[in-house]
Amino acid sequence: MATDHIVGIDLGTTNSLVAYMQGETPSVIPGEDGLNLVPSVVALDGANQVIVGNSARKYLIETPDHAVYSVKRLMGRGVEDIREELKLFPFRLAEDLQPGEVLRIKIGDRTYTPPEISALILRQLKRNAERFFGGTVTKAVITVPAYFNDAQRQATKDAGRIAGLDVLRLVNEPTAAALAYGLDKRKNGIVAVYDLGGGTFDISILKLHDGIFEVVATNGDTHLGGDDIDNLLIAIALDDIEGDLKLNVRRSGEAVQRIRKAVIEAKIALSAQPSTKLDVELPGGQRYQREITREMFEQLIQPVIERTVGPTKQALKDAGLKPDQIDEVVLVGGSTRIPKVRQLVQDLFGRTPHTDLNPDEVVALGAAVQANILGGGSDATKEMLLLDVTPLSLGIEVAGGVTDKIILRNSTIPASATQYYTTQIDGQTNVAIHVLQGERELARDCRSLARFDLKGVPPMAAGMPRIEVKFLIDANGILHVSAREQRSGKEAEIDVQPSYGLTDEQVENMLLESFDYAEEDFRQRQVIEARREADTILAALAKGKSNPAWQQLTSAERTNAETLEKGLLAVKDGNDYSAIRNTIDALNTGTMHLAELMMDTAVSSALKGKAMDDADADLPEGETSQAGHPVAKAEFK
Amino acid sequence: MREARGSKLVFRGGHSVRLKLCTGLTMATSESKSSVIVPGESSTGCWSCGTMRATHFCGACGKVQPAVPVDYFTFFGFPRKLDLDTAVLEKEFYALSRRLHPDVFSQAGEQEREWSLEQSSMLNDAYRTLKDPIKRTEYLLRLEGVELGEQSKRATEKARASGEMKQQAVPPDLLEEVFELNMHLEELKVQKKAGEDDPALLEEIGKAKLSLEEKYDALFNELKGEWKKWDAAVDGGTEEDRKKILGAMLDVLNRRTYVRNLVRDVNEAMED
Repeated sequence: MATDHIVGIDLGTTNSLVAYMQGETPSVIPGEDGLNLVPSVVALDGANQVIVGNSARKYLIETPDHAVYSVKRLMGRGVEDIREELKLFPFRLAEDLQPGEVLRIKIGDRTYTPPEISALILRQLKRNAERFFGGTVTKAVITVPAYFNDAQRQATKDAGRIAGLDVLRLVNEPTAAALAYGLDKRKNGIVAVYDLGGGTFDISILKLHDGIFEVVATNGDTHLGGDDIDNLLIAIALDDIEGDLKLNVRRSGEAVQRIRKAVIEAKIALSAQPSTKLDVELPGGQRYQREITREMFEQLIQPVIERTVGPTKQALKDAGLKPDQIDEVVLVGGSTRIPKVRQLVQDLFGRTPHTDLNPDEVVALGAAVQANILGGGSDATKEMLLLDVTPLSLGIEVAGGVTDKIILRNSTIPASATQYYTTQIDGQTNVAIHVLQGERELARDCRSLARFDLKGVPPMAAGMPRIEVKFLIDANGILHVSAREQRSGKEAEIDVQPSYGLTDEQVENMLLESFDYAEEDFRQRQVIEARREADTILAALAKGKSNPAWQQLTSAERTNAETLEKGLLAVKDGNDYSAIRNTIDALNTGTMHLAELMMDTAVSSALKGKAMDDADADLPEGETSQAGHPVAKAEFK
Repeated sequence: MREARGSKLVFRGGHSVRLKLCTGLTMATSESKSSVIVPGESSTGCWSCGTMRATHFCGACGKVQPAVPVDYFTFFGFPRKLDLDTAVLEKEFYALSRRLHPDVFSQAGEQEREWSLEQSSMLNDAYRTLKDPIKRTEYLLRLEGVELGEQSKRATEKARASGEMKQQAVPPDLLEEVFELNMHLEELKVQKKAGEDDPALLEEIGKAKLSLEEKYDALFNELKGEWKKWDAAVDGGTEEDRKKILGAMLDVLNRRTYVRNLVRDVNEAMED
């Protein structure tokens, strides 16, 4: 275990986290800034350097066309799926998108597919973990909304691969939360997990039985969450600004992002206080201010949060349970901090929900638990086993455009179904299969996963061939298809046109590209860090030269130090990392004696009763603040 | 859709691979006494330690074994009986899950991971089928060679979706009731179109619905009665006895489906 860490990652719409099992308890790995949450924001700076997380946030306002957020909403989706999203989110599509091609989003002048953007976030998390462990991290468990379909899951897996991660398992977010909860409580019973995050809603009902976590039903909406609440507030602000200030800022990315930032702050404030003030400085200097009361807010969001009721009732119905048969309701996702949401859950289940867990972190913690289980388990997890379900029915299009369901929703996975196909015309050698996902009866209302073309069927009389096609949904909720013709044994092929998604080749290329970039990024980072170090030592030397200790050096020592100083000044702004590094090291060695003398001076002045200020000031700045706290947990109110 | 990607996917061969494996194992353990393969009763030794009789996993070393095509009852080691204790089934399901689930094989070799995937998907499929009383009965009927016919759920759903007329024979004991109900429903349709409201008619339909629901429950009890007969016949009945019971179960299921569809029609008519 010591060398091979498997991490758990919550790749969220708004924030992402990486966690691991520290002994018997899962804990979140903080970033370099000491914070546990990495905002799922990706930006390109002026030099086209990729910036991820907290430091990328400012670009949303300063250079909105060089930054993206909430990209999870686009995972595994086609252009026609996202018309609605485009009205609400400032995604800029590549102009040269071909029909049927995987979406590409513009960030600055570059274009990225949603899995690539997610991969940039994953890479940041990977880096955070590697820095934390002081070693490489290559294996991960990544969470997805339970209601994600096959294409969305595949896109997430692809993102992991592009980031250089071996994705051992995709775990459903509410299920992960239940794992963290179960590890903590160790109680048998029926648990409902209500997960309202930034962009998705899931409801899962689980049976906890001596370490077995059996999901009995799940439901949800992959486009419902805090984002929708923000958009409502933004719409009001935009209307106000147009009405009161006679300004139309709808097309100003900067203005909209400033408003977005302010409404999110207001939304959060309203969970703790009865009213708050929206205060936005618009580009151009005008100010938009408005009081929002919790009452207004609750009225406004009612239609949004009401949309969680249908899926919740359906999940209960599918589980064959009444609300009073649920032993505990666990709240997950930042949006469940809203008192009105809690009230709704309470009304739905007739009981006070469990709110001890940090709703922002519990999914990542659960992912870490699952990572631990997959890694062979520990004392705490060795009895734990997760039995999850597929959220959507799998079907095949049959005559008349009707969906023939072959694996029903809420089937425990892995699950399989075998179908037999034959030909309709004498000598027919191809058979087309259209695979669908969804609950609707007509094929056109379901999600198209792929079209398979069984090729090379030996020519026989119509109805003679017997082609067995096996559909298998694996433990990640991803579909695999295999087929064989039973009568001939002659080899045949399946031609696949995935409806959405990258081909293996594309993923492979992206992986290689990201390696190239990564190496380039790494080299650049090294140079930047070395330059910073050079500046520190040069500043210290300048200070040292005005110290009496300088005069105590031999003239040879002084000359040597000054030569090295000039040398470092000459190379430090170049791109040759080893030249900078070597000169720094040489200067370090060459000024050792000076440093010792300065230290002596400081000590003797202290003995003489003088202040230590001078000596203190010689300490390089900034280094001490780096230490941080490795397992700091965010405060939960 | 991992397999599905890339431009081409060659048939994976399924059974032919498995047969090859069987041969290999038979050759490896050439001392094996029996040449007859009894599904589920592990005719081969464990691929890993070689000596033990193995079904889903080896009794000695615990390694997962390649899936053998067996029926769902056999998979759980149960006789083909229908009056199943679902608590026992659940316990077995959990116990087998702990040994077969892919999570347990995350660090194992590719072959074992594939076997575990196959085995646990079969386990889940078997559990799903056996825990539901109706699915379990239908499964047994199919296993015993009974054609479930046009009144199967899927056929009905298809017919509904494509708007075809349902070609279902009315069970004789329901003829009169159904005739009357259909008349009432027609009447309701006409009234609704005209925007009228006739509480007496609604009450009549409501009563009919209640009676149907009672019938629906009674049919389930009737089915349970047939289960007991079947289970007894498995142990000591003649072929003829069993055929008769299978026929009776099919009849109950068909009537039950018919009643369920009627109730649904009534619900829809009242909601519209």
